[in-house]
Order: sequence, then C-alpha cells, then structure tokens
Amino acid sequence: MASRRVSQDLPVIARFEVLRRNYLAPDGSIQRPLPAFASDAKLLIALYRSMVLLRLFDRKAVALQRTGRLGTYAVSLGQEAVSVGVASAMREEDVLLPSYRDNGALLWRGVKLEEILLFWGGDERGNRFSGPIHDFPFCVPVGSQAPHAAGVAYALKLRKEPRVAVCLFGDGATSKGDVYEAMNFAGVHKLPLVFVVANNQWAISVPLRLQTACETLAQKAIAAGFAGEQVDGSDVVAMRAAAEEAIVAAREGNGPRLIEAVTYRLGDHTTSDDAARYRLAEEVQARWKEEPIARLRAYLVAQKMWGKAQEEQLAADCHEHVEAAAERYLATAPREPETMFDHLYADLPEVYAAQRRELVGERDA
Amino acid sequence: MPEATLVEAINLALGRAMQDDPDVVVLGEDVGVNGGVFRATAGLQKRFGAERVLDTPLAELLISGLCVGMAAQGLKPVGEIQFMGFIYPCIDQLVNHASRLRNRTQGRLTCPMVLRTPHGAGIRAPEHHSESTEAMLAHIPGLRVVMPSSPERAYGLLLAAIRDPDPVVFLEPTRLYRSAKGEVEDNGEALPLDVAFVLREGRDLTLISWGAMLKETMAAADALASEGIAAEVIDLATLKPYDEDTVLGSVAKTGRCVIVHEAARTGGFGAEIAATIAERRLSSLLAPVTRVTGYDTVVPMARLEQYYMPSVERIMTAARKVCQFS
Ligand SMILES: Cc1ncc(C[n+]2csc(CCOP(=O)(O)OP(=O)(O)O)c2C)c(N)n1
Repeated sequence: MASRRVSQDLPVIARFEVLRRNYLAPDGSIQRPLPAFASDAKLLIALYRSMVLLRLFDRKAVALQRTGRLGTYAVSLGQEAVSVGVASAMREEDVLLPSYRDNGALLWRGVKLEEILLFWGGDERGNRFSGPIHDFPFCVPVGSQAPHAAGVAYALKLRKEPRVAVCLFGDGATSKGDVYEAMNFAGVHKLPLVFVVANNQWAISVPLRLQTACETLAQKAIAAGFAGEQVDGSDVVAMRAAAEEAIVAAREGNGPRLIEAVTYRLGDHTTSDDAARYRLAEEVQARWKEEPIARLRAYLVAQKMWGKAQEEQLAADCHEHVEAAAERYLATAPREPETMFDHLYADLPEVYAAQRRELVGERDA
Repeated sequence: MPEATLVEAINLALGRAMQDDPDVVVLGEDVGVNGGVFRATAGLQKRFGAERVLDTPLAELLISGLCVGMAAQGLKPVGEIQFMGFIYPCIDQLVNHASRLRNRTQGRLTCPMVLRTPHGAGIRAPEHHSESTEAMLAHIPGLRVVMPSSPERAYGLLLAAIRDPDPVVFLEPTRLYRSAKGEVEDNGEALPLDVAFVLREGRDLTLISWGAMLKETMAAADALASEGIAAEVIDLATLKPYDEDTVLGSVAKTGRCVIVHEAARTGGFGAEIAATIAERRLSSLLAPVTRVTGYDTVVPMARLEQYYMPSVERIMTAARKVCQFS
C-alpha cells in the first residue's frame, strides 16, 4: 500500500480500515466458518437456481438482440452473485434501487422475465412490473439513483418504518458526485440505506485504475462517515451475508453501509459493445476460474446437496421458463402510439391532449 | 385582509401546506435555523421540527434527487435551490427522473415534488445569482413550471404546486420578494395551475409576461392608456403547460401582441408563444408579434443589470410600433 503520510513528524489522529469478506474459494472450498443461513440447503439451492436462471436468461436475451427482437441489453455474466445475493437478503417491503445491470435482483424480487424483456425491448410496460410496487425501475443515467435512495431512506426514517433502501451501482458510478452526495447525506442522517457497488473492474472500456486511485472502493464510505466493506462478489454466500448484516443493521437504526462487491464482468458491457477492443482474452480467461456459479456448484456437490440429476432437471426447468417468457414477450402486442401520452401527468393538460389527438389523427388519416 | 410581501406569502403557503399535510417536507441549504437566505422558510423549523424542515448538505443535485426519492415514497417534498444560477446540477434529476417517473413506470411510481428557486435579476446580487432560464425548464415534458407575480398568486399557486400530483418547478421573482405587497388571506385556498391571469382588459394590444416583468409591463400599460392605447395584460403564471386559450383568445380580440420577458431572447419562452400565435391566429394579426426581452448576453453584474432587463420605455416603444404597424 502506498504511503499516505504527508510528513513523518505529525501525529496520527485517525486510522481507518477496510475488511474483506469471503467464504467460498474459487474451487468451492471453505475459507472460514460459514454464516448461519448456509446450513439451509434450500436457501443455497434457491440462490444457485436464480443465478443459473439469470445466466440462461442473459443468453436468451442476447440471442433475441442479435436477431433484432430486443434492444441493447446488459448481461450479468460473471457477476450473478452480486444482485442475487443482495436481493435475497432483502424483505419484500424494503426498497430496491437498481442499476441497469441488476436483472438478478429484479428476478429475485418477483419481476417476470417477460417484463424485463419488455423493458429492454423498448416498452415502458416492463417498468410496471410484478415486483414490489415501490421498487424503482432500472436506472440508466449512471449513479443518478443514489440520491433517490437517500430520499427514499429519509422518508422511511421519517415515518419510522422498519424498512431499508438498497441501492446498487457499478464502479464507474462511484466517480460521480451523485453517489458521494447520497452517501454523505446518508451518513449525516444515519439513514436505513445500503449501498452496493458492483466493482466489475470495467466501466465500458475504462479500467478501475483510471476510475480511481483508491486501493478499494469500500473506503469511499469512510469519507461519508460510515463503514465500507469489501466482499468477494463472486461468492454468493459472502454477498448474501454482507448484505444481510448491513440490512439488519440499517433496519435497527445503525445507519448506512457500503458494500464493495469485487467481481468481474466476463461478457461485453452491453450487446452494443465489443470488449475485445480494450481487454485481453487472457485476462478474461483467468477470471473464468473465479466465476460464481461453478463455485457454488462445487460447494453444493462437495456437501452432497446437489448432483447431476438435479443439475439436468434445473437446466431443463430454466430452459422451459426462459423460452416460455420469451414467447410471451414476443407475443405482446405493441402499444398504440398515443399511449406515449399516458401517465405523462396525472391529468393530461389540454394542450398535450390536443397533441395526442394530432397523433391519432395523423395515424387515422 | 392582512398585507404581505411576496416572500411572506411564500412562507405562509409553506406553513399552511405543512400544517394541513404531514407528508409535506421542506429541504434545502440553510432552510432550517436560518429560515432560508431570503427568509422564505423562516420559523418553519421551529413549528414543524428539524425532520420536516431539513438543512441539507451543500449539494444541489442531491436536493433534487432526494425530492425524487421522497416523492416516490409518498412524501411531498418542497426543495429550495438558493439561486437560479445553481439549479443546473438539478437539471439531470428533473429531466431524467422527476419529470418522467410516472410515465416510465406507467403510473406505478409518481413524483409529487416541488423545487422552488428565486428567479431573475434586479437585486444587485453577485454573478450567478440573477439568472432566468425558465425556457430550459419549460422544455421538459412531464414537468410544470410556475411563476407568480404577486403575493396573492404566490400563496395560491404555491399551495396548488404542493398539492399537485406531479413535479413542479416554482420560480419566485427575487426582485418582488420584498417590493411586492398585497392582501393575502391565509385561508388555504389554492389558485389553479395551467391558467393565465388577465390582469387588465384592453382592446388594442395584448401584453404577455410573467414574474417580475409584470411590474414594468403593468406600468407600461398604465402609461399607454394615457396615450389612448388600451392594452390587455396577461400574467402567464404557468409556463408549462401554458394557457394557449387565454393567449389566443386575447390576440384574436386585439390583433396585436407584445411578449415581455427578462430572459435572453434566443430560444426564450416568448419564441414559443409567438410561434403558437403565428400557427393558430395568423389571420387575426394586424402586426408582427414582437418580443421585448433580455439581451443574448450573460446577465450583467449589478452596474449594468438595469440595462439588461426590459424597461417600461422599451415595452412602450415596442407597443407603439406594433400599434402603428399597417
Ligand atoms: C451519467 C452517464 N454517463 C454515461 C453513461 C453511458 N454509460 C453507460 S454504462 C457506462 C459505464 C458504467 O460503468 P459502471 O458504473 O462501472 O457499471 P457497469 O456497466 O460496469 O455495471 C457508461 C459510461 C450513462 N449511462 N450515464
């Protein structure tokens, strides 16, 4: 670690530390005693199923995009453990504020696959989803959901509701003032708010070392006056444990926390990106050895909680689920053009109602 | 009825809204103990507590973003930006989130927030304190942009803005904060949004303005009357969406129109009104629609700002020219 001391003569008035959490090694072996929930085989299998479903869903979404039936899409390949692990630690009444890459969290929250496809297919109805009614939709302007999370958490605290806001974003987002402004405010008011940064090493083509000179992103919490923790983001057990601890603490009135999930984006940034232009195949190849799904599977198999037959059954189930959802998505009739005026205002002002009639008139003419 | 200045009327409306509705929350820089740099929130923290009248860190983007999050949870946040020159970090939140949350979630989430800020020049403030960029805000679909021009309308329109289920930017004419006085009864009655107010009826010419410029516009109308020109004066009050019917009805009657605004000319809101009149009432027009505006310069600092803002003389000259046009 580089020295941060300005002069050797001056006294140290504060020291800070950042801890790192992991339980499962890349080969599935145990690094340290697992958290209590890990003895619940059903829960671990549910986490595993979600990650497998997400990976298959990603593959289908890319195929739909490549054949012109879906818009630009952001895959979770390699970082499935982050949003699945975090969402699994939330209660229904908690509020999720996701980034565009958090399909896994939405899936866990009960959003239907076809609704996610509708969104990426360019239809706002995908945001009127079957997940918790108070959850936010995917946020596209990077980091701009963080101030919303602070506002949500402030409202929860004001009303003394035992609910927690959970805000996810990427490493690139931590460079934005939005994220710092939100963390700073959350620290001042000890808000029930958990920030999760998925540090997947890249913000499109910009590597982490050009994003920040910090050793960790977790330490960004220190400037905001609360704890940040680094977590192995490819270890879903660690992700869930860290999120659960932070959410419980927030619910009990102990204020915010920042979780830095150290992970890796194995795929392109989106379907519009070609990562081969800016990173080496060897780097990606090496990172495949750490990916979260194989890791958990290795653990489950070693514990005799999982076997070949179950794996085959799961693959078949997921395949069927994804195909059926894609069919429902493709069978969804587009909305009438004038519905772009729907929900623009609670009551559409007459001047815009006239524009709506203009649109309908043009179409009918 | 008791007399109040415009800023006192704002204060009365905020107090009334907070008293009537526990979901109303006031936030911004220095709004608490200090009562706001213009004292618009004076006394509110004492009455309603520091949780509902909250001093935020110095971060404008945060203020607007907090409002979005609070509003989506069902609160009715009223954020204050100290001067319009500092509203720009909020534009991201207004354009990308506040104005479209309802639409992009198809009504699942809504954003009943108000963002208040002083508007315009004329108080000899430092640079970056005198901007009037309302056209930028009025361009944003899904937003409401409201600007009162009297204490009475400040009270009634602010109550309406807070009760409105959609996001409203509420622009307060700084120059009138203390200079405008009027009868304001704190009766909790709102005035309608999206409706222009006809301040004076006339047959010869329509003068359209909003905010502080109505002071000069009304003075010009008075002086024109003594020259035998009867000007109708319209206070637009809500710029987004604006009351086309009142504007077009008046122009149909008078055939002549001068639009007065303090903001720079190019792309100013006057251009929008002129275009609408040209599209829809060209046949009523007896003269070209004319604008009297700030110049396309940076708002000058104190020594020159009076030359930047339209004067009674500039308005009268334009009005005479329009009336003499044949
Ligand atoms: C404010 C903003 N600037 C630029 C973009 C374009 N953009 C989309 S994703 C992205 C990179 C974001 O990287 P990161 O925050 O690390 O998240 P990741 O995509 O890796 O999950 C950029 C620059 C954007 N969406 N929003």
